Amino acid sequence: MALYSEKVMDHFRNPRNVGVIENADGIGEVGNAKCGDIMKIYLKIDDDIVTDVKFETFGCGSAIASSSMATELIKGQPLSEVLKLTNKAVTEALDGLPAHKLHCSVLAEEAIQSAVKDYYDKNGIAYDPAQFPSLDHDHDHEEE
Amino acid sequence: MIYADNAATTKMSRTAIDAMLPYMEEIWGNPSSLYEVGQRAQEALWSARERIAAAIGATPKEIYFTSGGSEADNQAIISAARWGERKGKKHIISTAFEHHAVLHTLDKLAREGFEIELLDVHANGLITRDQVADAIREDTCLVTIMFANNEIGTVQPIAQIGSLCKEKGVVFHTDAVQAAGHLPINVQEMNIDLLSMSAHKFHGPKGTGVLYARKGIPLVNVIEGGAQERGKRGGTENVPGIMGMAAALEEECAGMEQNTAKLLKLRDRLIDGLSKIPHSALNGDRESRLPGNVSFCFEGVEGESLLLLLDDKGICASSGSACTSGSLDPSHVLLAIGRPHEVAHGSLRLTLSSENTEEDVDAILKAVPEVVEYLRNMSPLWKDKVSGKKSFVI
Repeated sequence: MALYSEKVMDHFRNPRNVGVIENADGIGEVGNAKCGDIMKIYLKIDDDIVTDVKFETFGCGSAIASSSMATELIKGQPLSEVLKLTNKAVTEALDGLPAHKLHCSVLAEEAIQSAVKDYYDKNGIAYDPAQFPSLDHDHDHEEE
Repeated sequence: MIYADNAATTKMSRTAIDAMLPYMEEIWGNPSSLYEVGQRAQEALWSARERIAAAIGATPKEIYFTSGGSEADNQAIISAARWGERKGKKHIISTAFEHHAVLHTLDKLAREGFEIELLDVHANGLITRDQVADAIREDTCLVTIMFANNEIGTVQPIAQIGSLCKEKGVVFHTDAVQAAGHLPINVQEMNIDLLSMSAHKFHGPKGTGVLYARKGIPLVNVIEGGAQERGKRGGTENVPGIMGMAAALEEECAGMEQNTAKLLKLRDRLIDGLSKIPHSALNGDRESRLPGNVSFCFEGVEGESLLLLLDDKGICASSGSACTSGSLDPSHVLLAIGRPHEVAHGSLRLTLSSENTEEDVDAILKAVPEVVEYLRNMSPLWKDKVSGKKSFVI
């Protein structure tokens, strides 16, 4: 069996939504260079809906594919739905990831939550920290 | 397909395959059997032993067939350690960038109370005779230093270390898995006591290797069993594999001068070409390196992505990134030469054989810069460096 599913390879070879949004409403960046993966998500938000999303990723095949899939899953969605995106949903949409690559999908979930939080912070929108479960604990990708 | 991962394994040569077939089709007997089909296999084994011994300047009785380089490394190190232990010597000198077959065996000995001293391999991936001389103590029982590194291709001053060890009365083992068939080896002239090699690294079959042990060095079994290999390695001999190995080694040694000349040209073109990529660096000394090894780090990209995209272009290569090693850390070899983690993640190893062509080099020199640029364009790390938010490392 190949390391990656066809879906992963498709999203790796033809990543959707790569790039930058100038004047993005929310930007989230997670991971670090030491661990070998960094994900950066840019959101355009109108009326609480993600009208556009772009990503930049430094990382392995599954990191790029996870970013690509995650952006597809949240595009056009209201923030209430965006915040419900889990790494499991990203993994399932990719038809699975090898066990040692699951952290890539976690990183995608975190990058998106971080971008939404950035949007809330920038606009003075009150929120319950419990809405960002993946951002309030230590994980493998802390900066040195 | 352009195969540029010959340090991982090599394609078997026609000569090696042809040398194996008779030992599967006709002379398939057990070499320990008394009847003819067994005895003919026994004679073949002896001839392989003679030919392999001749290729490295040893005598046939100093050649022990194993399942490969890892087993040979294990047995060499364990044997020297046990011998030393009996004399109260429990200090072993090695380097930080050995193969895991060596490092993990040393870890095992460390847990038993051996003192393991790993020498620094410097930024160029080379150790010196003086470093070894300074490290040798009264209770040193073994110096084990690889002939040539599997990732960055650096070739150590083996003859100098050998003469030093001889002078000091310390057993010297070298893991020559990457060197055998590619560099001249003479265990007498180089004063090597124990040497490991693996057939599939020189166009022979997988699952077959050799431990050379100088006469007088007591070997300890890793595999217990019958009286094969003078009782030092149980298990019916892999006769076809051994015949393939002997044929492959002879062929590579006979063609070494010609192959080396060809490889050096291809290698140096690759190094010069890839050096033009901004913020790239060659890993390991440029001069003292295997004729087919090219190892680079490219800042701001990750190695696994690089490999997958090269694979899409039909190029087989490897990387020392964490993602390809299956662990959280990148290659211990790249860390040992002082590459920081983030740079080590962006490594690419291309290892050539005599089957590679100038056209292969052209294709690689076209593909790698394209792929690196593509990945850098989507890398937030790269952009932070370009914008000055983060600094360049190389």
